Parts: sequence; C-alpha cells; structure tokens
Amino acid sequence: MLVYIIRRLMQAALVMVVMSALVFAGIFMIGDPVAMMISPDASDIERDAVRASLGLDKPLWLQYLAFVNAAVHGDFGKSFLAGQPAMQLIFERMPATLELVFFSTVIALALGLPMGVYAGLRPKSVGAKTIMTGSILGFSLPNFWVGLMLIMVFAVLLPDLIPGFPRLPASGRGATVNVLGVRLSLFTADGLLHLLLPALTLALYKGALIVRLARATAREVLPMDYVKFARAKGLSENRIVGVHVLKNIMIPIATVNGLEFGQSVAFAVITETVFAWPGMGKLLLDSILLLDRPVVVAYLMIIVVFFVVLNLLVDLLYSVLDPRVRLESRAT
Amino acid sequence: MVGFGRKAAAFAAALAFSTTALVLPVAAQELKIGIKTEPSALDPQFHTLNPNIQVGAYFFDALIAQDAELKTQPALALSWKAVDDTTWEFKLRPNVKFHDGSDFTAEDVVFTYERIPKVPNSPGPYTIYTRSMKSFEIVDPLTLRIHTNGPAPLLPLDVAALPILSKKAMAGPAPEGKTTAELNSGNGLVGTGPFKFVEWQRGSKIVGERNDAYWGPKPYWKTVILRPLSNNTTRVAALLSGDVDMIEDPPTTDLAKLKNDPKITLAKAISNRVIYIALDQHGEPPIGIPDTNGKNPLMDKRVREALSIAIDRKGIDDKIMEGIAVPAGDLLPYPMGGTRKDTPVDPYDPAKAKKLLEEAGYPKGFSITLGAPNGRYINDLKLAQAVASMWTRIGVKTDVDANAPPVFFKNRDSFKYGAYLAGWGASTGELGNALKSLAATPDRVKGMGTTNSGRHSNKEMDAKLEEALVTIDDAKREALLADASKILMAEHGLIAIHFEVSVWALRKGLTYPGRADQSTFAVDVKPAK
Amino acid sequence: MSETSLVAPKPQTPFQRVVSDFCEDKLAVFGLVLVALALFVAIFAPWISPQNPFDIGSLDLLDAKAPPGSVSGDGKLTYWLGTDGQARDMMSAIFYGMRTSLFVGFVSVVAALGIGVVVGLVAAYAGGRTDALLMRIVDIMLSFPAILVALILLSVLGKGIDKVLIALILVQWAYFARAARSAALVERNKEYVEAAACLALPPSRIVFRHMLPNCLPSLIVIATITLARAIALEATLSFLGVGVPVTEPSLGMLISNGFEFLMSGSYWISFFPGIALAIAIVGINLAGDHLRDVLNPRNLR
Repeated sequence: MLVYIIRRLMQAALVMVVMSALVFAGIFMIGDPVAMMISPDASDIERDAVRASLGLDKPLWLQYLAFVNAAVHGDFGKSFLAGQPAMQLIFERMPATLELVFFSTVIALALGLPMGVYAGLRPKSVGAKTIMTGSILGFSLPNFWVGLMLIMVFAVLLPDLIPGFPRLPASGRGATVNVLGVRLSLFTADGLLHLLLPALTLALYKGALIVRLARATAREVLPMDYVKFARAKGLSENRIVGVHVLKNIMIPIATVNGLEFGQSVAFAVITETVFAWPGMGKLLLDSILLLDRPVVVAYLMIIVVFFVVLNLLVDLLYSVLDPRVRLESRAT
Repeated sequence: MVGFGRKAAAFAAALAFSTTALVLPVAAQELKIGIKTEPSALDPQFHTLNPNIQVGAYFFDALIAQDAELKTQPALALSWKAVDDTTWEFKLRPNVKFHDGSDFTAEDVVFTYERIPKVPNSPGPYTIYTRSMKSFEIVDPLTLRIHTNGPAPLLPLDVAALPILSKKAMAGPAPEGKTTAELNSGNGLVGTGPFKFVEWQRGSKIVGERNDAYWGPKPYWKTVILRPLSNNTTRVAALLSGDVDMIEDPPTTDLAKLKNDPKITLAKAISNRVIYIALDQHGEPPIGIPDTNGKNPLMDKRVREALSIAIDRKGIDDKIMEGIAVPAGDLLPYPMGGTRKDTPVDPYDPAKAKKLLEEAGYPKGFSITLGAPNGRYINDLKLAQAVASMWTRIGVKTDVDANAPPVFFKNRDSFKYGAYLAGWGASTGELGNALKSLAATPDRVKGMGTTNSGRHSNKEMDAKLEEALVTIDDAKREALLADASKILMAEHGLIAIHFEVSVWALRKGLTYPGRADQSTFAVDVKPAK
Repeated sequence: MSETSLVAPKPQTPFQRVVSDFCEDKLAVFGLVLVALALFVAIFAPWISPQNPFDIGSLDLLDAKAPPGSVSGDGKLTYWLGTDGQARDMMSAIFYGMRTSLFVGFVSVVAALGIGVVVGLVAAYAGGRTDALLMRIVDIMLSFPAILVALILLSVLGKGIDKVLIALILVQWAYFARAARSAALVERNKEYVEAAACLALPPSRIVFRHMLPNCLPSLIVIATITLARAIALEATLSFLGVGVPVTEPSLGMLISNGFEFLMSGSYWISFFPGIALAIAIVGINLAGDHLRDVLNPRNLR
C-alpha cells in the first residue's frame, strides 16, 4: 500500500518535472516577457536590467535549475507581472472556480438524475427517446458555443423580445460574502444569478453523462429479482425507484462525479473565458497571453497534484470497497 | 423532477429579488468605474503600466501634473525653471499634507526619486524617468534642485510621471523602505492625492475615499470604486445593468447601441496614440517581398506614397472604428507639442497610387506580408485586414500575418516583417518622444530609433531631432520638432493611419471631459449641471 | 427481428449486415446525412462558395456586417447568411471553415489511431516491462484533461494548423493505444495467434497481419467518437485564441470572431458557424453512437 502511494507520488513528481520543463522551454520560444511588460520608451540598458532582475538573462537551463531548486523548497516563484508569489495569486482565484464547478455539479445532478431514471424506467416512451437524443447533444456541443448561445438567448434575445423578462447576467461574478475567510458568491441572490448561466454551461456535459449512467443502471437494476419481488409485494413504484434504483445508482454516480470533478476544473477555463468569471482558469489564460511564466508553471503544478490526489483517492477508495482490487496489480 | 421544480422556484425568487435591487437608487456620492485592466500593483514605482499610473493618480500627486491635453500644470510644485543647461529648480507647494497628516517637503521628493532604482523585480522600472537625473539638492524645505547629466529639456515631463511618496510612511527595513507587497496591501500607501486608499481585492475592486484635506479642487465623490472588467462585453453589460456608473473603452461594436441608449452618454477625447504602418527600408534584399528579383520597392519614396494614398482612412474610421478615430498625417494630433495645425492627411486616391507604382517600375505591383498584433490596439487585426484589402486593390498583393502580441513584438524586433501595423502613444504629449522612438535612425547606444524596426533613416531629420532634444527653450524646440516631422511625413518614412479616439460611456447625468492619455480620473467625473 | 428470418434469409457478408443494421435506426441515418452534408461542403468548398473568403482583395468594407439576405454593394452577390465585420460572406467563410475543421479532425484522428495502434499492439504482444512502461505513459496521458494539455502545448508551440495537429494527435493517441492493447490482449490468447507463432512467423507479421484486423471494429467506433471530440476540441482551442491562425479560420475561429458582435445584435456572425459546427459534431456522434451498438460483438445475432 505504502509502496503504491510512494510510487504514485514519484510519478507525479516526474510529470511535474516534464511539464514545467516544457513550459519553460515553450515560453522561452514564444517571446520575451520583458517586451510585453516594459514601457516601450525603455532603452536597451533598462530592458537588460529588468531581464537581469527577473533572472531572465541567464541561460534557460540555469533558469530552470534555479526554479527546481526553489520549488523543492516550496517556493514556486513570483509572478513577473504582479511581483507576488504565483501560488498566492492562484489560491486567491481558486474559490471562484471551485464554487462554479460545485454549483454546476448540483445542476447536473438535479437535472440528469431524474431524466436518466425516467429514461431507464420507460425506455420505449417518446420522452425517453427525446432525453437520450438530448444527451447526445449534451455530449457533442462544444462547451463554449453552448455558453455563447445561453448568453444570446437569456441575456440578449428574450429580454429584448419579451418586456419584463429578467436579463440574466452574462458575465462576471456577483456579490460575495466572506465565509470563513473565503469569498463566496453562492450565498447571495446576486451571486447565484451570476452563477446561473456559466454553471448551466458547465453542467451540460456532466448532466448528459449522468443521464446515460442513470439510465443504464436503472435498466440493469429493474429486471433484478429483488425489484421484481418488491413489486410483487405491492410496493409503490415511487418507493421502488426511490429506494432500490437510486441506491444502486448512487455508487457509480459518486465515482464518476469524483473523477469528473477534475475535468470540470479544466473545462472551467473555457466557461470562465466566455463568462469573464474571475477564476483560476481565467488567470491561467491571461498569464499565458502575457507570458507570465511563474503563474503558468504554478497552475500546472497545482493541477498535477490535484489530479494525482484525486486518482489516488479513487483508487484507495476502490481498494477499501472491493478487497479484490489489489493496488499493486493496478500500478503495473 | 420535484427537486428541479423547487430549484426553479428558488431561482425565480432570486431573479425577482435582484431586479428590485437594481432599481434602488445608487448610494449618493459613490462612483463605480469599470476599468479595462487591473493594475499589476499599487506601488506607484513598480510597473510603468497605464492602469498602475492611472490608479496611482488617485492616491498620489507628482510635482507636475499633465492636463487633459498632456500640457504640464503645477501640482505639488508651484513653478519650475531651468537655472542653467543642467539644473532644474522646483518651488514646492506649501501647506500640503499627506493622508496621515504629515507635511509634504522636499525630503519626500528626494526619498521618492531615490527609491526608484531600489524597487526589486520591477517588470517595467521607473528608472526610464530618472535616467537624466544626476543628483538632488535641497535648497530649503520647499525648494529642490535637480542636477542632470546633460541638457534635459523634458525633465518636467519625467517628473510628471513620478508620484510622490511619504518618506515617513514609507520607512521600513527593506532597502526600498516599504515593499511593493506592503504597498499593495495598503501599508505605507500614503500620498497627497484626492483619494485615500481603503482596500484592494485583487480581481474584484479597488476602493478609495475622498481626501477632505486635498490641496486642489475636492472630488465630488465620497467613495470611488474601480472594478476591473477586462472583457469588453462584460464591461458594457455591467454599465447597462447599472452595476457600474461609467466604463472605459467600450468596444467599437457596441458604440452605436450605446449612443442610442437614452440612459447612457458617451464622452470622447482624441488620444495621443497613433496607429501607423512601418515599411522596411533597411536595404536589399527586401523582407517578405518575394517577387521583385531582390529589389526592395519600399526604398522608393513613390511606392511608399502609393501605399499611403491607397488607404481609405475615412472608410476605415467609419466602418471599422465606428467613428472613434481621426485620420492622421502626423505622429501626434494637434495641438500637442511640435505638431502643426495645417498637417495634411494623405488623401485616398487609388488611381494615383497605381500610377505611382507604375512610375516606380512596378506596373504589376508586388506581394508583401503585413505583420500585425492581434489584440493590442483597438481593432488592430481588422485594420490590418482592411489595409491589406486596399493594398491588394492597387496591385500590392498583401497577406496579413497577425499574431498574439508577444509573438508580434518578437517578430518585429527581429525584423521579420516587410511592413507592420502598430501603435504608439507618446506619453510625453510632444513629438520628440514619437520621432525619437519610431523614426530616428536606429542607434542602440544613444537610445535612438528603439522601435524603428522598419529602419527608415533620414540624416536631415535626425539632425533636426537631435538638436530639438537638447533645446531647453520650448518654442524653439517645438519648431525644430515640427520641421523634423515635416521631413518624415514628406518622405513617407512611415504611414500614419489614424489617432485613436478614447471613449467613455457613462450613466446619463454624469460628465467626463476625457483625457488624451486615455486615463480615467474620478476627480474629473461630475454630475451634469 | 426473428420474424423476418422466416423468409429465406439471403446470406449476408459482415459488411452488409452492418449496413442493414445501421439503417434500421432513423436517427443514425439522419446523423449520417448530416455528416455527408458537412463532408460535401468541406470537400467542394472552393467550387460552391459564392466568394473566396481568403481573397481579401475582393472584400468591400462597405458591405461589412450586412444581415442575412442582403445584396452586396455591387449587386453581384447575395449574402444569404450575412457578412462579418470584414465584409466576408459568412456562407463562404463557413464552407471554408468546415474544410479546415474537418481536415484537422480527420488527419489528427487518423494519425493518433496509427500511433496508438502501433503502441497498443506492441505493448500487448511484447508484454512484460515494455508493456508496463508504455501503459504507464498512457495512464499519465489519460489522467490529464485533453483540453488543458492541448492548451498548454499550443500556447508553447504557437498558432498554426500543423501545430494544432501535433497537439490533437498528442492528446488522442493514448485512447487508441489503450483500446488497441486490450483488444489485442484478447486476440493474443486465441489459437490463430498461437498457430502463427508456431509457424515461426516474424512478430511484426503476426501483430499487423493477424491481430490488427481483428481489433479494428472496436477501434473504428472509438475513432468516430474521437473525431467528433477532435473537431470540438479544435474549435475550442481556436476560440481560446491558441488554435488555427486568423487567416485560415476554422469554424471555431469564426464563432470566436463573432463573439464580440453578439451583444450588439449582429448575431449571424457567430450563430451560423456555430450551427455548422453543431451539424458536423452531432452528425458524427449520432452515427457513431449507433455504430457502436451495431459493431458491438455482444449484439451479434
């Protein structure tokens, strides 16, 4: 077990080294961060001075070694642009992203679960067929385009056409309140309103996934003997669905949601761009455009840790739930 | 589905709540501004970035201010004069208090200027404004002399870019006193400016409060809140929904709609930024012109003129810029320093352009690549594409090579373009700055032609410019600059397209005079009479 | 379906079976029609477009932002889907954009399929350490969201169709490698492979001539789904500004260009390219979804 965890962590370290080296080389190739930030009036001498103060005058491999050395000691560098620790900048933005992902998960579950179960209960009905075709749309339509269309419909078209139709906020984050030192917009009406469209966009893909999962599980469970027995006992349909079907669905849904959480954080980059949501994905894109290398690298490090931990947790959970799964064998 | 129904009800409630919240009157004397770019720091000596400079002016004053047309005006200095060729003397304003109540003296000024080179990790150091300063001499608490390395006629403009910090409030263990991080959190952020610092939530808002002891005209607003809304669509939406009272730089695509909105007024000011095209004139073989057998057509003045008059500046300004640009025939608009009132703008004349090409020996035209940044200037890519289509029509087949700004800069600085479209905003508000950077024969050591990647060179113009740069007398210097610019424009050394017009959109009932440097200053925002 | 077999069944080749099964689902056929439409437009774009959107000399700024159905200033052309901010005919731009989008999708999937199959088969056949090492790499590739990897890669590589292809191939090959390996592992233990090994045929021949054809059906299904994803991914990357260059707009780029006009009412600049993109992707997915059922060995009758 311990060997397994250590092995996974070493793997994560390897990925970090590869990724950070790639970003170092990449940004070095794209252009000169100093040219992006310095006043165009600056002379060559002043440019060189800035390069030296940011450590950009050294050969690339030396810059990279300096980074690795500092990173080992927990220092991931300061943002070129803001002069503040890159990690700090990212952590400041993280709550916005996490609350977006969380809210979209809630929406996906609230919509996807009932639809999926319904489709599983009445597979031949028109409703079920519509739902399943709809889920294909949910899979297919690119996230960013869905976001644009939602903006067009709910923030432009409907309010323009129907007098009195509320114009849904299409961008930015609403009012926030301080919860245990973290700024959250989940608890204000304005905040929820601002969350609605971006969260809906993000929820579409996940909702489609949940629909299919719920339908498949429902169809697997319904023919089982104990369900038939329960029916024979005269239990109401509601109770059968509520107790037997939902109970069985919850396990795969929870797993998928756990794994998909990481995907959602990644996809939030797009949603945040469309809706100008001030999360860490937006920060990543802005930093990429400005060649703010320390922030890009720090973001990647966080994501790598995030994913490794998530995968590790799922694996560990499985080994606890199902003793037949031996971690060592999965690792090879 | 029960869960969904309940959810929908909750949202409907939230909707109803927020729509009522929107119609509530805005808190009196509070001004909320949607700004385009968030400053990278509140330390006014960290980064020479427009948003930083702009926010700095809320909390700090410099010795000299620049008015809406970038002319110098007394601020913390009442008057200044050149004592001799290398000494400037400043008489400071008496009875000025910092936000913490302490007195403003020459000591603070010297501390401020001496801190600049000590600020670590600055991505855009303010040393560009102190490079001509050799030493400081405090004659008395309200008289300061600055000795310069050589004649420095533009020193007052340098000084105008340097907000004054409080020596007392800035005391700290670091070599620079209070660090940038400390200033960002408000620690030591004590100036003499019209607003006192309240808080900065990065990514969300900067809050200031009126300085009731301000030496100048007091701001109307008790509280001012700057909200960074970088996305164009977002910024407009925030204004329309009443989230903010005014926004900077509404996108051109929305101008028509805003103009017709009865709840909105627009403020405009011609800016100091010129959009121009530089043409590669370094010699032969040409760059990115494959079909002239190694000849560089851009060396021929007639070809350059043809390319200039092939551009329908009026059409561009109407269709692409939606009227927020003014056709340019110079590098700065009149009446900024060194400009001429009667500067001609090259007229649109494609027939003559074709004839000029023929005379120059290119009856069939040639092919060229026009480099451009994508997302640096207003509509930069669209402009490049429009120019390309106009050039193609006179026979100069043009490809646009548009790239993200960092890639564009890299290509430009390594001379990859035969022609490139770019912009320049002369922060000094006088032509010397633009001519020196964009048109002077490149000389890295002297700092001439640092952004002249077209490598145009004209000795006659260089001579006029160099003389102007060491002439202390304002009128004489401006005449020399006007001559230099006349030579450049007659040679079509580069093609000026237009000056951007800065636009602000405000809630009806507010006025803003606008500024040539595109800054948004809450002090100048007032309720309409 | 057993009723139909009462009539003497004509012997079907496997291909015919697939075709007839596929045609039973109307939705899938509809999907196929959409795909065919997209393909037609993409292939014949240069001949059916009213205007060459790359020929900027032919654009007249005065026609910019014309709504759908407007007639061009010189009266020669009707802009059925309107024009964009550069006076480019949207219909032509969409035809050409479809060409770019589908090209990028097909090429990247075929290349990723090739690489993935080689890696997967080698891993399955060689086993042991080679297998462990290769699958480790695949695991790592699969544990990161494709969009993020592609985004970072492209911001490093810069813009260009070639670079988008590299990024897409890099984030896709691992799916195929894993699928090919598991399919091949099943095949490996079958008798014909053992027989071939007994004949002392060279390993490469066994792998590619004998094992590969048997793994193909499942790979084809994955390829269809991946194709839809690749097209969507390219559009997304272009939307984020790291995809194809603006001068060779894909559908994603067109949508992105129209974004800023959305709020001011010129909806068509962003809307129609989006519809075109949706047609292509939904078509592929509808067809692919059913193809999976048809090709699934468990569904064989």
